[in-house]
Amino acid sequence: MNRIEGVFRKQTQHSALIPFLNAGDPSLDISLQLFRSVLQAGADIVEIGIPYSDPLADGPVIQASATRSLKSGFQFPQVFDLAQALRSESDQGLVAFTYINPLLQYTLERFFADAKSAGIDGVIVPDLPYEESGPVLQVADRNGIALIPLVALTSGEQRIIDICRSARGFVYCVSSLGVTGERTRMSERVRELVERVQSHTSLPVAVGFGVSTPEQAQYLSAFADGVIVGSALIRRIEAALHQNPNAPVNILQATVQEFVKILVQGLTHPVPPKQFPPRI
Amino acid sequence: MQDTQTYPDSLGRFGPFGGRYVPETLMSALHQLESDYERLSIDTRFQEELQYYLKNYSGRPTPLYYAERFSRELGGPKIYLKREDLNHTGAHKINNAIGQALLAVHTGKRRVIAETGAGQHGVATATVAARFGLECTVFMGEEDMRRQALNVFRMRMLGANVVSATAGSRTLKDATNEAIRHWVEHVEDTYYIIGSVVGPHPYPRIVRDFQRVIGDETKAQILAAESRLPDKILACVGGGSNAIGIFYPFIPDKKVALVGVEAAGKGVDTQYHAASINRGRPGVLHGSYTYLLQDEFGQVLPAHSISAGLDYPGVGPEHAWLHQIGRAQYVPITDAEALSAFYLLSKSEGIIPALESAHALAQAVKEAQTMDKHDVLVICLSGRGDKDVEEIARQNRGVEYESN
Repeated sequence: MNRIEGVFRKQTQHSALIPFLNAGDPSLDISLQLFRSVLQAGADIVEIGIPYSDPLADGPVIQASATRSLKSGFQFPQVFDLAQALRSESDQGLVAFTYINPLLQYTLERFFADAKSAGIDGVIVPDLPYEESGPVLQVADRNGIALIPLVALTSGEQRIIDICRSARGFVYCVSSLGVTGERTRMSERVRELVERVQSHTSLPVAVGFGVSTPEQAQYLSAFADGVIVGSALIRRIEAALHQNPNAPVNILQATVQEFVKILVQGLTHPVPPKQFPPRI
Repeated sequence: MQDTQTYPDSLGRFGPFGGRYVPETLMSALHQLESDYERLSIDTRFQEELQYYLKNYSGRPTPLYYAERFSRELGGPKIYLKREDLNHTGAHKINNAIGQALLAVHTGKRRVIAETGAGQHGVATATVAARFGLECTVFMGEEDMRRQALNVFRMRMLGANVVSATAGSRTLKDATNEAIRHWVEHVEDTYYIIGSVVGPHPYPRIVRDFQRVIGDETKAQILAAESRLPDKILACVGGGSNAIGIFYPFIPDKKVALVGVEAAGKGVDTQYHAASINRGRPGVLHGSYTYLLQDEFGQVLPAHSISAGLDYPGVGPEHAWLHQIGRAQYVPITDAEALSAFYLLSKSEGIIPALESAHALAQAVKEAQTMDKHDVLVICLSGRGDKDVEEIARQNRGVEYESN
């Protein structure tokens, strides 16, 4: 069993919490400290974003974070150093998030071999749909690394079945919750999607994209096995950097730790809200 | 050689190039578009409607004009210009915009979005959106909005909403990123009119099919004028839609040399160019596996060209394939060479070409040296240069104006 599935199974109190941060933002060293803090504050898995010049699937907050990282001199192979450092001190799940082009340029063989020796458990490639995933899945499987697929609100039944069939680690449901004026309807659609996916796989099912408040995370925890939080966390780092571009690392650490703890509290709250709570 | 006319395959591949590398949210829409297009491409009513608008709205067929004085200036072959600049809105972009707007109408979409570089595709999309009563949003890089202020004004006059892309190099690449992001959020009620033979399958095929009218007409016209096929065809290549449009019907005619002209900016050995095939490596950009400008670790590099329409770090996957199998040749032309051809055509023929098309004209200046007066050369004059006059005047600080 891949470590990721084990982490979900071990977390019996509440849905797994999966925060996302970009490697190298605002610098490689500081980002390492921030990943540490997130894990210490109660994250079950961390998603390690590998910054890319053209992040098509990301909103403005994560784009800006990737730009800060690249400006600070981040280079692709440094993600393995970062993962290795985290792995040496933690048993929690480590999942890399990368666009397909940098992965192809590094070459599949080299990427999955290096990911394996760095202790990375899974990989998410947001611009690699099922149809194109064959060659990547093959090398990932050979190295025992989970290629975690995405499922969207627009995915039809047959696609969901096909995607689930070759899914590894967990299935990532894209919630796209930010559409104005449609929150109630959208939240119903997310619940339906998660339940449909669950009916086609025994793997854990996590929800991400647009989860911005502890109340929203808590709402999702009523039916999802995991909740992914990226922009909301990075926005807090951004705010701290905005106040002081040279904010000492302990201030940034305190910022992310505080938010992660609130999220964990939300997930353990006994009564989840009936409707999807609005964004702040 | 594989049969180039039956490509792409069912996965959207031209040999190894093409495909669909996009967020999952878009996949259903792409599959839907593919099956809608399959149906409509053989629907007589749809095709008749398309022909009607190409003829009566855009003014097709466009002339194939024998540029006698330009030919004499170059002292080589007989040069014909395929006058796409004479289309409504002033460039070949309208061929595809009409076709895709009809697809939107026939599939019940009331909102369209588009990306634009020079603004020609944005203007074409805003134009057809007005004609068919569609709500229209155009994404354009902030730098391009500055360079092509006139086109921004035109789009707004036509009722389109123009949104500036402020990330990265603030040009076509970034406008395309923004358009794709917007489409992900609004995919259920929005049709994305891509302006070139780029993007995920089935777009490179759809845009090629709507642009092949350029080559089909050229073939009939040159046969009527010269009773034979041309020896060579030149077209500029950014994403490559006018080039694929004129090349495609000639691909089986092996004796016709096909030459795509890439923007070499300040030179292909500097950092400032847009020569994706000459200086790029295969990778994924905007949903398609193709040649692109990138660093060692796959970060996309900014392109540079004097012409906003060629200022793009990628190229259509079908061009990548034609290059790989050797059916077409791709050559670089610098900003300076393009500018000098821009003046040469203006002064010898009274036709002000778009800076994009001036790259193809500049290649003709080079090719003419090795060609004979009995040879026939066709250049795709993809657009007119009115949009560029202001920027050229600004670059020259009025020097050209005063000395002439």
